[in-house]
Amino acid sequence: MFSEMFLKLWDNGLIQLGVWETVYMTVLSTALSYCIGLPLGVILNITDKEGIQPLPLLNRILGLIVNFFRSIPFIILMVAMLPVAKLIVGVSLGNKAMIVMLVIAASPYVARMVESSLKEVDAGVIEAAQSMGTNNLQIVWKVLLPEAKPSLITGAVISMVTILGYSAMAATIGGTGLGQIAISYGHQRFNPDVTWCCVFLTVIIVQIIQEAGNRIARRTDKRYRA
Amino acid sequence: MIELRSLGKTYHTSDKEIVALEDIDLTIRDGEIYGIIGLSGAGKSTLVRCINLLERPTSGQVLIDGKDILALSRKELLNLRQSIGMIFQGFNLLEQRDVLHNVTFPLEVSGVKRDEAKERAMELLELVGLRDRAGSYPSQLSGGQKQRVAIARALATKPKYLLCDEATSALDPNTTRSILELLATINETMGVTIVIITHEMKVIDQICDRVAVLDNSRIAEEGKVSEVFTNPRSAIARELILPDSRSDAMEPGGRRVRLTFRSEHSQEPVLSRMILDCGCPVNILYANMKELDSETYGQMLLELPSSERDSEKIIAWLKSSPIEWQEEV
Repeated sequence: MFSEMFLKLWDNGLIQLGVWETVYMTVLSTALSYCIGLPLGVILNITDKEGIQPLPLLNRILGLIVNFFRSIPFIILMVAMLPVAKLIVGVSLGNKAMIVMLVIAASPYVARMVESSLKEVDAGVIEAAQSMGTNNLQIVWKVLLPEAKPSLITGAVISMVTILGYSAMAATIGGTGLGQIAISYGHQRFNPDVTWCCVFLTVIIVQIIQEAGNRIARRTDKRYRA
Repeated sequence: MIELRSLGKTYHTSDKEIVALEDIDLTIRDGEIYGIIGLSGAGKSTLVRCINLLERPTSGQVLIDGKDILALSRKELLNLRQSIGMIFQGFNLLEQRDVLHNVTFPLEVSGVKRDEAKERAMELLELVGLRDRAGSYPSQLSGGQKQRVAIARALATKPKYLLCDEATSALDPNTTRSILELLATINETMGVTIVIITHEMKVIDQICDRVAVLDNSRIAEEGKVSEVFTNPRSAIARELILPDSRSDAMEPGGRRVRLTFRSEHSQEPVLSRMILDCGCPVNILYANMKELDSETYGQMLLELPSSERDSEKIIAWLKSSPIEWQEEV
């Protein structure tokens, strides 16, 4: 029922390793993307002309940079950024380099996600905090981020799934994981069952991320608990 | 004491200027409950936000306890705001914090220790009657309860002033009454000066000492509630006091007079006597009775007969009577 190639990959634990590599790359890249994207999103939100600290010039410049990176298709950005990866981690191949690329591509995306989550916080609540003499840093820490938490978690799930997709594409220029197995063992060596197995495993990973994320978001949200 | 001196606020949009407030002069004394009433769009909300500088006026001065707050540094302003509580029409509670931690919020912000903040918050929840709901989240509370939490939160830092921006407008009449009673209690027992913004006369009636009527960005009239109520000089005040009278009175007909009864007359059958004495009928367009400062006041809008002779007779009768009256134009 399975091709020889599939059985060989499975017995040698390569598929299992692929799953691990995909998960590891996705989780690590998401975490690092949030290290950059979360503060960037907060700055975009608060420096907006409707924000708590309007700085139109800074807001425009950051907005332009974010849009610039967001408008380049990932596969092109990846190739263009290879030298940058080499500069940062010393190599332009393998998972280390791929993570750098994933973070560069995902951070602007995360920033926009965060910005839009923060925009959902009721302006009245922010005004109430201001009326109590809350300074801007306290508003970010004690109002904006906690009040937007469920939405931020939902956004993080969407970002993570997107990054998982990017990580599969990274296989075309030397990344590893399920994407690489599907391309080099499945597609290029004519073993459709290997490809389908990778598809199936990816779907399962996405489902787990999605389901876990939704649960956490629901549990932390205090708005609908009757 | 809060003093507004020739205060103005103009918004500049790309193509035009919008005047929100013009030439506002007000003095709010310590310990009083001061009402600011006006129709929507009159500039009330902007006015109250100029008191804690959530909006910066474009001209004039805001003096709080004699100090010009427009000259304060950012840090001084944030400190000042901790002595001016504010509640809102939409309650504006933090949805992701429970009731207790909503009330401790301003204390956290001002650096009060956690235990102390919790103790103070529980005292305030006791005061507003929600001690048993400390662990609930705002989404589990009714509108009236949310406003009580908001009041507790606004009082946490022991402010000298409390600003209420349409605080009862989203509530039903019974809840409105109980919230106003709570505010009156707070004013009496804690000595907090309260500024109330509203479009409802009944709010002013129930608890305010003095009132300013705002119309088209300006103060149309100002004074003790009982005076403004019994003798409204501006058209807008008349409309707010007798909201239905204007549209009815607009219909063509005879001359109209407004009678005002004070306690001593409000028990007497004045109208019956007038009709019997003059021997001609009148039309009652509007009538209302209110308690102000524990005195009963009545207002009645009459349409006189269309015959000139009959209406002169009634006017002559009114002139000789001790009743306060006024011909409506």
